[in-house]
Amino acid sequence: MTPTTLEAYEPVVGRQVLDELRYLAEHLQGRRIQHVNSTAVGGGVAEILARLVPLLTELGLPSRWDVIMGDPAFFRVTKTVHNALHGQPAVFTRRDARTFLDTTARNLKTFAWDGDIVFIHDPQPAGLIQAKPAHGGRWIWRCHVDVSAPHLGVWRFLERFVNRCDAAVFSAPQFAQRLAIRQFLIAPSIDPLSDKNRELAPETIQAILHRLEIPQDKPLVTQVSRFDRLKDPVGVIEAFRLVRRTVDCRLLLVGGGASDDPEGAQVLAEVRTRAQDDPDILIRELPPTSHLEVNALQRASTVIIQKSLREGFGLTVSEALWKGKPVVASAVGGIPLQIAHKHSGLLCRSVEGAAFALKQLLNSPRYAQQLGERGREHVRQNFLLTRHLKEYLLLLVAVERAGDIIHLNNAPGIR
Amino acid sequence: MPSRPEPFRFCTRLTLRESTGLRAVTLAQLAHYLKVLPGSVIFHHTHHYLQQHQSLTPEPPNDFAYWVSEVLGDRGLGERLASVDTVQFASIRALRDRLVATIEAHLGAHPWLRLRVAPPEEAFHFVKAVSIVLPTPYRAATLAAFAEALQAVTMDSLYYHIFEARLRLERGNDFARWFTGLGEPALAAAVATLDPYTHTMEDLRRTILTLVHRRLPHAGVP
Repeated sequence: MTPTTLEAYEPVVGRQVLDELRYLAEHLQGRRIQHVNSTAVGGGVAEILARLVPLLTELGLPSRWDVIMGDPAFFRVTKTVHNALHGQPAVFTRRDARTFLDTTARNLKTFAWDGDIVFIHDPQPAGLIQAKPAHGGRWIWRCHVDVSAPHLGVWRFLERFVNRCDAAVFSAPQFAQRLAIRQFLIAPSIDPLSDKNRELAPETIQAILHRLEIPQDKPLVTQVSRFDRLKDPVGVIEAFRLVRRTVDCRLLLVGGGASDDPEGAQVLAEVRTRAQDDPDILIRELPPTSHLEVNALQRASTVIIQKSLREGFGLTVSEALWKGKPVVASAVGGIPLQIAHKHSGLLCRSVEGAAFALKQLLNSPRYAQQLGERGREHVRQNFLLTRHLKEYLLLLVAVERAGDIIHLNNAPGIR
Repeated sequence: MPSRPEPFRFCTRLTLRESTGLRAVTLAQLAHYLKVLPGSVIFHHTHHYLQQHQSLTPEPPNDFAYWVSEVLGDRGLGERLASVDTVQFASIRALRDRLVATIEAHLGAHPWLRLRVAPPEEAFHFVKAVSIVLPTPYRAATLAAFAEALQAVTMDSLYYHIFEARLRLERGNDFARWFTGLGEPALAAAVATLDPYTHTMEDLRRTILTLVHRRLPHAGVP
C-alpha cells in the first residue's frame, strides 16, 4: 500500500481541517510515537494503524508500529479474552493466564521500545505495559472493544496492567469501565482514500463482480464481516430467508480471516452447512488484504446488513454509509452512534426485525436512497480518518497537560 | 476617539471527550450529578450536538432533554429541559442552576418519578469536554482584514470565539468586544445580540460577515 499524504485528503475534508491538524501538530513536534497491536493485517485496528502511522510521521511526529509475536495457543487464549470482555460466557483458566504471561514475557525480552508515547492496542499486548517503568514515557491503553459488561475474572486479570498506563481510550462512553486512570473517548474512523473506501470506476466494479462470480440479476443484500459468531452470520441467513418469502433477492456473505482469529474456520463451516447449497446465498472467503474487492462488493450491493450480536464499533457500517448505501444494523456497540434510526439507516434487535427492515429498504428504493445519503454526510462529519488523527493529537496534549481548558502557546484570544 | 485596539488574533479550540466514569439511571441521580460535576460536563452535554451536526437544523436539544424524553419516557420534563434557552445564560454555573432547578421542581411535583429507572444499557453517561485552545495564523487589524480572515477560519475557531468565550470563559462574545474597541458600537451590539443557538455554524459565519460588510466602505454583500 502506498502511503497517502495529508494533502490528498483536501478534496474530501477541505483545506481548513488540514490546517487545524497542522497547527496542532506544530505544538507536538518531535514526539516519537509507538503503536503496539497483535496483527499486521486483517481487522479494523490494523487498517487504521496502516494509515495513521505514516500521517503522524508526516505531521512531524515520527511513528512506528510493532506487532507482538504469539503462537496459536496464545491467540486461542486472547480470543477467549476478547469474547469474555464482550461479556460472552468464558472459561479462563490458570493455564490460560500462564500462556498469556509466558508469551508476554518472551515479547518483553525482544521488544524494542522507542516512543515518547506508547499506544497499546486492545488486550492481546496489554501485558507489555509492564515495560513502562523501565522505558518511561506516557503509555496509553487503546481499547477497541466493548468492555461495559465483561467477564469479571478476565477483566480483573487485565485491569492490573491497564491501570499502570497514564490513560485509556475507549470508542464510546458506554464501553468504558471504572479505572484508576483518565479515560478519553475517541471513535474509530474509516479512510476515504483507502482501497476499501475510495471511489471506483464502474468497469472496476464489474470486473471484480465477474471474477468473484457474483450475478447481478437480483437485488443484493450483503454482510461484510469476519466469520465470527458475534457477527451472527447464521442470523443473517435466517433473516434473509424471511425476506425471500416475498422479495426475490440474493444474499452475499463476505468474510476475511485475521491472523489472530482461530475460530473463523469453524464458524465458516457452520455457515456453509446452514446455507445448504442455496443458490441465492453466496459465501465468499477473501484474504484479509482484499480491500478493493470488499469496496466493489459494497458498492454493488442494494442493501448492506450488519447483524452483529456484539460490536466494538462496527466500522463496516461507516464503510457502507460512506458509499451512500442503505444499511440495516443491530443496535449494539458503536452502531447507534453511526446510525440514527430512520434518519441515516435502520436499527434492529432480532432476526425478525432485521428481516422487516430489509424488506422496507428493498421495496422502497427512494427511502433507501435518502437514508444512504444522510448516512454519508454523517460519516463525512464524524467518522473519517482526519477526525481520528486530530483526536490522537489532542490526546497527546491532554496526557501531558492537566486541565479542562488547555491553552497552547498562551493563546489568549483577544485578552 | 478610542485608541486603536490590538489586532484581533483568531484562535481555535479543539475538543477531546473524557469520560467521568459516572452514570445516572434515575432523575434524582441526574440532578445530583448535575450539581457536583465540573462545568466542562455541563458544557459538553449542552453543546456537543452543535459540533457533531454542524450542518443540521439549528437549536438541537441538549443531551439531558433527549435522555429524559426518550429513555425515561418523561416528555413533559424533556420538553422543559429542551426549552432552557442557553443564550440567556452568561455562565455555565447559571445554566447548571437552571437545569437542576427544572428537574428538582418536576420531581417535587411528581415524586413518583423517582421510581423510574433506565435500563443499565441506556444509562446516562457523563462526559466532559477537554478544550485545547491554540492560535491560528489569522490576525486582523481592520474590519476589512477581519472579514477576510473570518471567511477563512475553521468552524472550530468560530465556535471558540462565540460559544466557548461567552459561556465557558465568561468574557462575552470575542468579536463584539473587539468591534467595541474598534469604535464600532452598533456592529458590536448587533453581533452580541445574535442568538448563535438558532443558526448553523455556517449561517452564523455568513450573518456576521454580512453585518461586517455593511460597515465597510463600498459596502456590499459578501
